[in-house]
Amino acid sequence: MSVHELTIHELGEKLRRREVSSVELTEAVFARVAETEERIGSYVTLSRDGALEEARRADARLKTNGSAAPLLGIPIALKDIFITKGIRTTCCSKILSSFVPPYDGTAVAKLKAAGAVIVGKTNMDEFAMGSSTENSAFGVTRNPWNIERVPGGSSGGSAAAVAAGQCIAALGTDTGGSIRQPAACCGIVGMKPTYGRVSRIGVIAFASSLDQVGPMTKDTKDCALLLEAIAGHDPADSTSVPAPTPAYASNLDGGIKGLKVGLPKEYLISGMQPEVEKSVKAAVRKLEELGAEIVDVSLPHTDYAVSVYYLIATAEASSNLARYDGMKYGYRAPAKDLLETYLKTRQEGFGPEVKRRIMLGTYALSAGYYDAYYLKAQKVRALIKRDFDVAFKRCDVIVTPTAPTTAFKIGEKTADPLQMYLSDIFTISVNLAGLPGMSLPCGFDNAEMPIGMQIIGKHFDEATMLRVAHAYESATEWHKKKPKL
Amino acid sequence: MKITREEVRRVALLARLELSAEEEVRLTDQLDKILQYMDKLERLDTSGVDPLAHAVDVVNAFREDRVTNEPQPEALLANAPDREKTFLKVPKIIE
Repeated sequence: MSVHELTIHELGEKLRRREVSSVELTEAVFARVAETEERIGSYVTLSRDGALEEARRADARLKTNGSAAPLLGIPIALKDIFITKGIRTTCCSKILSSFVPPYDGTAVAKLKAAGAVIVGKTNMDEFAMGSSTENSAFGVTRNPWNIERVPGGSSGGSAAAVAAGQCIAALGTDTGGSIRQPAACCGIVGMKPTYGRVSRIGVIAFASSLDQVGPMTKDTKDCALLLEAIAGHDPADSTSVPAPTPAYASNLDGGIKGLKVGLPKEYLISGMQPEVEKSVKAAVRKLEELGAEIVDVSLPHTDYAVSVYYLIATAEASSNLARYDGMKYGYRAPAKDLLETYLKTRQEGFGPEVKRRIMLGTYALSAGYYDAYYLKAQKVRALIKRDFDVAFKRCDVIVTPTAPTTAFKIGEKTADPLQMYLSDIFTISVNLAGLPGMSLPCGFDNAEMPIGMQIIGKHFDEATMLRVAHAYESATEWHKKKPKL
Repeated sequence: MKITREEVRRVALLARLELSAEEEVRLTDQLDKILQYMDKLERLDTSGVDPLAHAVDVVNAFREDRVTNEPQPEALLANAPDREKTFLKVPKIIE
């Protein structure tokens, strides 16, 4: 097995035993990128020189420090939404196409302090708005399992890079499913932690009450290790929660005997791909075999979640994206006066989906419509959260499919935005309620495309969620299958 | 119709977006379909429900008001679309 196929924890041992150096590992990852990138297109910017320099420093630390940090010397990819000092950061928008940040965001700074090697910046839907990575200003990313299909989105580049072995692990962000849905589409593990668990400083804002940073990895243990590295209170982010970070990775093995797994009846929707339903049901039976107790729960306001999400997220986005005015940084269109500068800069700088969402959000916030749309959505958001509060009185975690179908074909849904929005139907409620959720592989459909199961935890209880995921993963082989490239 | 082309034009100006005629037509149609789908919210009774802005309880996070980073005008101005000396140069705002 080549080193690019290994996990953080496997490579950590090899690095500490000096069976491989971080420079060798980094070179192997870049060789893999060179070999596969033309077909996949995961990256928008590669940081080869910086990565090799970081790898050399990691090797020096590995020589002097026997009990090294788990990420020391590990090549990691970052979604291009993370501010990286000296490395172009575009959010895959023309409006930021030449933006070079003057500082690192908190999650990136933590990774660097832990000795991680930054491979580069991965493709995404522009400003994280999309479910297929087709809305990038820099072209599409293809699914490593079938290059005719999308990798999911918006963190599609990160998911494809992990699945294709173009990095060992990656970071993504998740506002309505943007880590979990691409993780499911590409057959990897992806987690959106509880809102407030990871600092949002240095993450280009989309919808601030929903955005959260999380790991995208080859298995559950890597997910736990990466979460431990990036989580924690950040005084610079007033919504980050001042709670200690539990030791996730060393508490995966407790088993799930007696644990209560909730199955929401509202998630068995019509239009779900039959193989997805079958695989998730089989996964639930496996959890039962492993000692969990299955309980039926109800989330009665599920049917409203897509509407609520696309009002709240777009309203917040329309406000957040007002900063792209061509004045302080980013693209500025030549124009005759100030108003025309604003209009043309934004007309030329934003892509169609971003404009659509700014329009929807501005409309929902505008005089005469605020009560009917934005305020109404916030009230229904309260009901959606209450549904989860009630359900979690009867269970420890909730299990659902991650997405209603496996990865769809490139171009299949671009003409119909509403159809695209509905691919987030199982993931967005979790963001609205601020809960942690993760996706892990649980099967394949008839076309050999991966299927993801979503586990949802209680607020700040990522540990239980990870324990359930680890128990399932240890009893199955899905995560070990790799795409043939 | 939930939204007209005139409303789309008005909202676009509020959002400081210039739309082509073709974009206006397409957005009117797409936003109309999306808003029709969202009609289901209107039919749900939410009387007595408080709006929720943040899912996790947050309180004011106070910190000491002191400088924690060194000023770095060059790094910040390096991204400016236009500049003069250590200033951002912008179109005239006052006639």
